[in-house]
Amino acid sequence: MFPAAFDYSAPTTLAEALSILKQRGDDAKVMAGGQSLIPLLKLRFAQPALVVDIGRLPGLAEIKRDDGHVRIGAMVRHVDIERSTELAKLVPLMVEAVHWIADPLVRNRGTLVGSVCHADPSGDWGSIMLALNAEMVAQSASGERVIPVDGFFQGPFTTTLRPDEVVIAIRIPVPAGSAGGSYHKLERRVGDFATVAVSVQVELDGRKVKKAGIGLTSVGATNIKAKKAEQALVGHELKDDVIAEAARLAAAAAEPKDDIRGSAAYKKDVVRVFVQRGLKAALAQAQEGKS
Amino acid sequence: MKVTMTVNGTVRSGDVEPRVLLVDFLRTNLALTGTHIGCDTTSCGACTVRMDGDPVKSCTVLAVQAEGREIKTVEGLANGAALAPIQVGFHEEHGLQCGFCTPGMMMVTSALLERNPNPTDDDIRWAISGNICRCTGYMNIVKAVKHAAQMQSEAAKAPAGAAVAGGGE
Repeated sequence: MFPAAFDYSAPTTLAEALSILKQRGDDAKVMAGGQSLIPLLKLRFAQPALVVDIGRLPGLAEIKRDDGHVRIGAMVRHVDIERSTELAKLVPLMVEAVHWIADPLVRNRGTLVGSVCHADPSGDWGSIMLALNAEMVAQSASGERVIPVDGFFQGPFTTTLRPDEVVIAIRIPVPAGSAGGSYHKLERRVGDFATVAVSVQVELDGRKVKKAGIGLTSVGATNIKAKKAEQALVGHELKDDVIAEAARLAAAAAEPKDDIRGSAAYKKDVVRVFVQRGLKAALAQAQEGKS
Repeated sequence: MKVTMTVNGTVRSGDVEPRVLLVDFLRTNLALTGTHIGCDTTSCGACTVRMDGDPVKSCTVLAVQAEGREIKTVEGLANGAALAPIQVGFHEEHGLQCGFCTPGMMMVTSALLERNPNPTDDDIRWAISGNICRCTGYMNIVKAVKHAAQMQSEAAKAPAGAAVAGGGE
């Protein structure tokens, strides 16, 4: 399979990339690792006039601390996250979850930022970033804009990013104090899209929840942030009844459809079960970290 | 557009449209047909090659993305007539039936052995989880990789100058 013909540009400075996007952004697609875009091009679901390859821009392959955040550049690949000892300490949820993403070969090319910008409602990183309250750092010729991932997704494969913008990094608040997270994914085989997946992140203050994040994969038109379920946790101890209520609210927030992977009712129930399991795992991790 | 990359140690160039995939550049422009096209949808791993050392699916890389990079294909494993340990492993342990997935399997597991010279069965299964063998010969593929690991560790222990099958490098 060949993609439809396109022009190709591989700028070597950010300024050059931004100028290209300013002129031709409307017909262009930005490519990082290409692991989502190239399949779309081959299937001709996407037929941009121009592909802007950001793989040769300098300084985008870094993971660094940034004022209470960890900043992950647009060319940081899944495998870099998998091998990052710093992220394993700062945001262990990401390093745990990365094993669920695609397969080892795709992880050698695909990027976190590219995956979030691709905005596939079945994408794993989207709901993990929602649970972690991450934000995108977008750049255009007119300046920088920070966009919370909550609100970034507009629909399947659609985001609030403007055609003249490119996301150069994601900023993730480093969880403080006793914190824990988990990612539970139901898939038919390695590398498959999730039937359902749930990302959970909690921060405790003593025994009570100070912050909670819950993101849902493959159960709606976008990755979903289960806000009512998050709110039901804050200020409470993670006891069974509190967990059960949050799980019920998260399942209610899910809007799955019947498909080859399962019925809508089944998927909603998997959300409920995964939120319960996820919160219990996160609690255990938070308590372990504290002692 | 013109694209230049190092393939199996030799600088190779070609004139391609930006939409040409790396696997097609290797097979069509360079006549290196050892790299196979299986699913063509980033699922099966038959097209696995190594790009700057990392195993990647060459059906999901544009040839132009490989500009200036180092590519290694299955043709680059053996050193003349001397098979690489991973090839000996697949030969000795009957790690293939139809052979279609084999180039990809060897490229991904040769990378595994460089990072992890003594992989467990789990490590091997995890490493090949992006490669599909439709003959379902996974048992022997795992044995083949272990065989290669064993060979390499024995070669490492052997006194200098001992005759061992050379690697691909």
